[in-house]
Amino acid sequence: MIRHHLSDALLTGYAAGTLPEAFSLLVATHVSLCDECRARLAALDAVGGALLDRQEAVPMAEGALTATLARISGTRPEARPMSRPQPGLFPEPLRAYVGGDAEAVRWRPVGGGVRQAILPTASGASARLLYIPAGTAVPDHGHHGTELTLVLQGAFRDETDRFARGDVETADEALEHTPIAEAGDPCICLAVTDAPLRFNGLIPRMLQPFLKI
Amino acid sequence: MTIEDDGARHCAQMLAVARHADQAAFAALFAHYAPRLKAFLMKSGATAAQAEDCAQDVMAIVWRKAGQFDPARASVATWIFTIARNRRIDLLRRDRRPEPEDLPWGPEPEPDQADALALQQDSQRLGEALAQLPEEQRTLIERAYFGDLSHSEIAEATGLPLGTIKSRIRLALEKLRQRLS
Repeated sequence: MIRHHLSDALLTGYAAGTLPEAFSLLVATHVSLCDECRARLAALDAVGGALLDRQEAVPMAEGALTATLARISGTRPEARPMSRPQPGLFPEPLRAYVGGDAEAVRWRPVGGGVRQAILPTASGASARLLYIPAGTAVPDHGHHGTELTLVLQGAFRDETDRFARGDVETADEALEHTPIAEAGDPCICLAVTDAPLRFNGLIPRMLQPFLKI
Repeated sequence: MTIEDDGARHCAQMLAVARHADQAAFAALFAHYAPRLKAFLMKSGATAAQAEDCAQDVMAIVWRKAGQFDPARASVATWIFTIARNRRIDLLRRDRRPEPEDLPWGPEPEPDQADALALQQDSQRLGEALAQLPEEQRTLIERAYFGDLSHSEIAEATGLPLGTIKSRIRLALEKLRQRLS
């Protein structure tokens, strides 16, 4: 049961197509797991549809229809593709960035048993997978900008609440927290941010340049 | 001709394209949507020439992917909007656009008529509510959808009756899940 969802502002940005790529990846991954947010997103897409429908028409060039008919002539609309839910940990949009499911991730240790893998996305925001062994704490840290964390396996707790598979924690400048992975499976999360993380402890701060975040 | 009639007619035309590769139905959709797509894309920062090309691209995709249109989950305007938004990202930003995992489609090809009709009516009401918003608020929403606001500037979408259409789609998703389980 997912208890922590995406904000309206974030879903609106995704519907409008203005989010940085890393944020779009997190939204698409969460929506894959959450029918509630899928329905909210469909409602926000409908706002876009209503805006499109009410535009003042700007005439197309002469011959535009003929040119388009020429492009599609001799083709038939494709049949609806049959899709089945894939077993595994990562929904399809995340698999496309990893090149497979969890076993395909190329983890790099970042200290304290924590591992991460930075995913290739356009500039403006960054995305990474985090692997936190059960019972391990991620160093106490604050945030510049916005950081979103989506749990894919296991669960973590911090000063605010508990977060399990499908839950999204939204952290902004006001939040200083120490997430701790629960006992059981290692906690695997997708984290995206539009600014570098800053750690409060001396050693994590020295490590930060190597984290490339 | 009211917008409600337009919505039902476009829906029938879209299904005629999907099922029968009906070029006359496609031409009718083109006549309505291509000039509106062009307007939308120009407001999103495309030049007239880019918008013209992109509107034609979008309509060609509408033909090719017609089989994916589901009238129980979106109006024709909404479905075409999502295609145009994605093309705009390709055109103006060249970023990748991660999309949610597709829902598992069953073998059952006929959408429930009552569900489809209800969704089309909800879409129409949403359009009317949008038109009746105070000028300032409507402008803000338009700017958000034209890509004129950064993601951090977009506020919560307040004042729009989104709950009705959201609940409708939520029910459609539950029915789909039940059918498949």
